Amino acid sequence: MERVAGATPPVMARQVRGWSDGTVAWIFIAPTILLLLAINIFPLIWTIWLSFTNYRANRPNAPVRNIGIENYHSILTDPDIWAAMQATAHFVFWTILLQTLIGFSLAYLIDRKFRGHGFWTTVILIPMMLSPAVVGNFWKFLFEPQIGLFNYAIAFISGVDPSSFEMLGSVRLAPWSIIIVDTWMWTPYVMLICLAGLRSIPDYIYEAAEVDRASRWRQFWSITLPMVLPFIMLAVLFRAIDNFRVFDMVNLLTSGGPGSTTEVASITLKREAFEKWRTGYSSAFAIILFVTVFGLANIYVRALNRVKQR
Amino acid sequence: MTSTAHSVTAPGPWSRRIAAAVVIAYALITMIPLIWILLTGFKTPPDSISYPPKVVFAPSLEGYCNLFTTRSRQTPDYIATLPAPAGVCDEVVRKRNMVIAGPSNFVPRFFNSIIIAFGSTALSVALGTIAAYGFSRFKVPLKDDLMFFILSTRMMPPIAVAIPIYLMYRETGLSDTRLGMILLYTAVNVSLAVWLLKGFIDEIPREYEEAAMVDGYTRVQAFIKVVLPQATTGIVATAIFCLIFAWNEYAFAVLLTSGEAQTAPPFIPIIIGEGGQDWPAVAAGTTIVLMPILVFTVLLRKHLLRGITFGAVRK
Repeated sequence: MERVAGATPPVMARQVRGWSDGTVAWIFIAPTILLLLAINIFPLIWTIWLSFTNYRANRPNAPVRNIGIENYHSILTDPDIWAAMQATAHFVFWTILLQTLIGFSLAYLIDRKFRGHGFWTTVILIPMMLSPAVVGNFWKFLFEPQIGLFNYAIAFISGVDPSSFEMLGSVRLAPWSIIIVDTWMWTPYVMLICLAGLRSIPDYIYEAAEVDRASRWRQFWSITLPMVLPFIMLAVLFRAIDNFRVFDMVNLLTSGGPGSTTEVASITLKREAFEKWRTGYSSAFAIILFVTVFGLANIYVRALNRVKQR
Repeated sequence: MTSTAHSVTAPGPWSRRIAAAVVIAYALITMIPLIWILLTGFKTPPDSISYPPKVVFAPSLEGYCNLFTTRSRQTPDYIATLPAPAGVCDEVVRKRNMVIAGPSNFVPRFFNSIIIAFGSTALSVALGTIAAYGFSRFKVPLKDDLMFFILSTRMMPPIAVAIPIYLMYRETGLSDTRLGMILLYTAVNVSLAVWLLKGFIDEIPREYEEAAMVDGYTRVQAFIKVVLPQATTGIVATAIFCLIFAWNEYAFAVLLTSGEAQTAPPFIPIIIGEGGQDWPAVAAGTTIVLMPILVFTVLLRKHLLRGITFGAVRK
């Protein structure tokens, strides 16, 4: 900030009516850009550099060696990393599928505008505003076998013994536990965006369809769904990016366990970086994750634009 | 499906009733975990882990007492020699053959949460507002690229960002300091602030400032005296979004703070009592942390959509 302000010629700074627009623009924008350069971009460049070394943060005095692309090579051939990517993909796929289906259905029903729909919409939105860590942690209690409310409710409905299954402790159920919590938390997000989409459809389109005697079923498939689709895709984009990097809730619920069944990418990264202290190796993994997120987001945004143009 | 399809004529009474029933049922079911948090905070530890789960129970302040204090176990004989209990918590704790040893770390952690959340919010909204004005009103070279760059900084996985930040903070002495956390949260929030506020400022007609400038105001004066008052709603909404993020944040906090600057979210999960997690105390802490967010959600409901989509959907 100081550098940019200092670089402004004093003559320009004291014109008849204050700074010129160009100067104002830069003085206003520069602090934000400088902050992001210092806290985001500089660290990113550092990460790239580290990813080519064998540096370990817990041994700051050990000699740092440049080992080329060895980290990248060992990551891409490491079966554990692929298992983590698979766990992440499973989590992202199912959470998005469930949240989109439930979220859209809810939005569709709320759009019936029954009495009190505003109040109930606000109630439904509450879970997504809460801290995923603090609430996620509490779900551990709900998932306790025997004493947990979730197990009790399932037992009550289905008649199985509530201590006969462990949501977080079993290899089969643990991946579904984190999907349940994430769906509970983020379905409202998809719902809210779908609701905006439904409300953006002008009434006259339906009126025209009515005149043409299109069936309600037909109206849904050829008007409602296509017009809401860009909104759904926007919601899916945001949810996918967010869930690809999920950490808080999984770290507290299962911390990757049992075994490594719920070890999503961020958990593996945390283990490598802050437990095994393989800083160089984990930097390379971090870079791979960045590239994946940006790549996916880019492809997706392009698809989104194509849908919008239609 | 057909009975609930969208129609020109208002939906029929039955289609509305069914829709209302399903939506309300969903809302009530999703509220159960939150209600359970609230209830568990007022249970005694044995009540909290009883089977079947207790819905009706004698309310107790033990959870809240345990949240705010540390305790030590004593013999009943020793406790009998003590003077009469000084407060509710004293009394509750003595029934378990314990005495209060001192305050717990919850209050300092909560205080850290407040300072870090408000500090980073003030900074990111201040930076965000002027940057948003710059992007909204002036021809900035590479504007779209800069805006995308600002957005992209928020897409990075937090753990990946934490690796270099950890090293950087270790070198500069910012590790486990409030200032370090404020700067980090500001950097994360400023992207949201710029995007949201640009949307809000775009909606304020330029003519207002131009008129003020014809009257002899400088650009900066016009910004302060004309644009800022008009953008108040947007600024407040943005500030609340930033507050919520900073308040809820966990990943950076758990990796980069351990004592001095630790906030409430990483502290609550590690509250343990005798023989495992002290669920009533955890529930009490959770309730206290969630309450402000409930208030904010209600205040924000008109702007929620905008906030969660970075201003992409404005309604």
